[in-house]
Amino acid sequence: MADALLSPAVGATFWAGTLGTIAYCSKKLKENLDEKLIPLMGVFGAFIFAAQMINFTIPATGSSGHLGGGLMLAIVLGPHAAFIVMASVLTVQALFFADGGLLALGCNIWNLGIYPCFIAYPLIYKPLVKPGSSSGRIMVASVISGVIGLQFGAFSVVLQTLLSERSELPFNSFLLLMQPVHLAIGLAEGFVTAGVINFVRAARPEILESAYSARPVSAAISIRKFLAGILIATVVIGGALSWFASSNPDGLEWSIRKLVGSPGLREAERSATPALTSLQGKTALLPDYNFRQSGEQTNRGVDSGPASHYGTSVSGIAGAGLVLFVVLLIGMMIRSVRRKSF
Amino acid sequence: MFDNAYFNLGYLDTLSYGNTVIHRLDPRAKLLATLAFIVTIVSFPKHEITGLLPFLLFPVLLFSLGDIPAKFILKKVLYVSSFAVFIGVFNPLFDRQTATSFFGLSVSGGWISFLSIMLKFFLTITVALLLIATTSFPGVCHALQKMGMPEIFVSQLLFLYRYIFVLVEEAMKIVRARDMRSFGGRGLGVKPAINLFGTLFLRTVERAERVYQAMLSRGFTGRLNTPRTYCLTIADALFVCLTIFFLYLFRTQDIVGFMGRVSMRVLG
Repeated sequence: MADALLSPAVGATFWAGTLGTIAYCSKKLKENLDEKLIPLMGVFGAFIFAAQMINFTIPATGSSGHLGGGLMLAIVLGPHAAFIVMASVLTVQALFFADGGLLALGCNIWNLGIYPCFIAYPLIYKPLVKPGSSSGRIMVASVISGVIGLQFGAFSVVLQTLLSERSELPFNSFLLLMQPVHLAIGLAEGFVTAGVINFVRAARPEILESAYSARPVSAAISIRKFLAGILIATVVIGGALSWFASSNPDGLEWSIRKLVGSPGLREAERSATPALTSLQGKTALLPDYNFRQSGEQTNRGVDSGPASHYGTSVSGIAGAGLVLFVVLLIGMMIRSVRRKSF
Repeated sequence: MFDNAYFNLGYLDTLSYGNTVIHRLDPRAKLLATLAFIVTIVSFPKHEITGLLPFLLFPVLLFSLGDIPAKFILKKVLYVSSFAVFIGVFNPLFDRQTATSFFGLSVSGGWISFLSIMLKFFLTITVALLLIATTSFPGVCHALQKMGMPEIFVSQLLFLYRYIFVLVEEAMKIVRARDMRSFGGRGLGVKPAINLFGTLFLRTVERAERVYQAMLSRGFTGRLNTPRTYCLTIADALFVCLTIFFLYLFRTQDIVGFMGRVSMRVLG
């Protein structure tokens, strides 16, 4: 996910969800804190980084397929610690590699952290694998969990992009683009995760056993409670967001015009929206959210003569050029003044 | 690619310990201003281009006041394999409706929204990189903690940052050793890679155990303390207020239109 494709409402919503989960996991970890876990978590975060550096020849595609990420962490550290580690890895990536951006970070932590740690691991991997399970069983469980986790993640990328209304990709084509690619990534992730787990189990089984036993027995119940919470939150957030999206006259009006192509419907539709528009004006972060957009649209809708178009584009280019010139001039002036003062 | 990414990480870290007006600002002030900037940029509607241009002033100011080599950061922005570009490219394909005409050339809405996405991408990514180029990572972590992030998460970030350099070096050694022993692409597949992951995993655990023992013997009680103290000054408050004022001004006023009218009047 990337900043440029997000709207503030979607970005903020997922940041809220992510922050809530970080707070919840921190609280859970603090309740039964094993001091030993803190350096282990830190070093494992760095391990995920380092593991990404070991490349292997497999036709790998995709935007943010962080191989051996969330699922492996959840198996080794348990879901709460794994989520914190995943969040920290993605934060460092967003800051130093500019991976996505800071607003999109909330979405990215959600997509790559929540699904493997709180859905794929507790609901699929954990019921399937017991301490004495065969390595084949671990392989099957981990491939299924890897695929499910990444399918959820890919689906939520599609959802976030569509709710933000910055991309023109239709829902179906976008879904067909994302899900198969992430099926391949999920298979690879599950396969590699199982391979590593089996390797570690053969070499030093006590590491994984201590991880199994260290987990509180009541965790399963609280996870279920947490999942119910997420489900409710999703419904509420989804409802709120769709209301936002539909009360935004821009997207709706435009898609209707594209579908029907008749201005009459647009007018009828517009007369029904003032109440909603004024409501949105009151609730939106920035009151003039649609101000310039609507101006642009009337410009587009009313077919004025070529002369006026010519005039506006010349003035627009002159203005843009002047703005860029002034900005660059300020930068260069500061730089030369600084050079001289040294 | 990998050496490159590693080098960049170290170089950004070096940059962040500079001593300029921007570097001296409190991390909290910079974090707040950066977030406000990104939210403002993203709040622009789909087909906005001209309104975004004045916002270039903010990164330009940070570049010049913070003495950050523009070439390095811009290269990094280009280098980011962007999801935004990948998805944005589809806009011109799906939206072919003529939105405006430009000296007799008709431009579709898709191209306009694509350009808008690219501009937003450029602005948000550049500013995020500038934040870390002018603020040390421990500084950012400290700001996060002061702003209410849970302590466990903050110490996790600090630990992670400390050990990335160590473990990445280890992974680099492993990869180099593998590549030196590989002839004609043999041994580069998934199976050997899994064994390498496993080895790295075991070394990681052993390292964590040693780290933990070293920390215990130095009196670790479960929390990290930083010797450096930060305090908010008038300069910080001024920086945040000015940033937010100009963000609001540029967001609500049509600066490009104004400049256009000015230049028209001057020219004729």
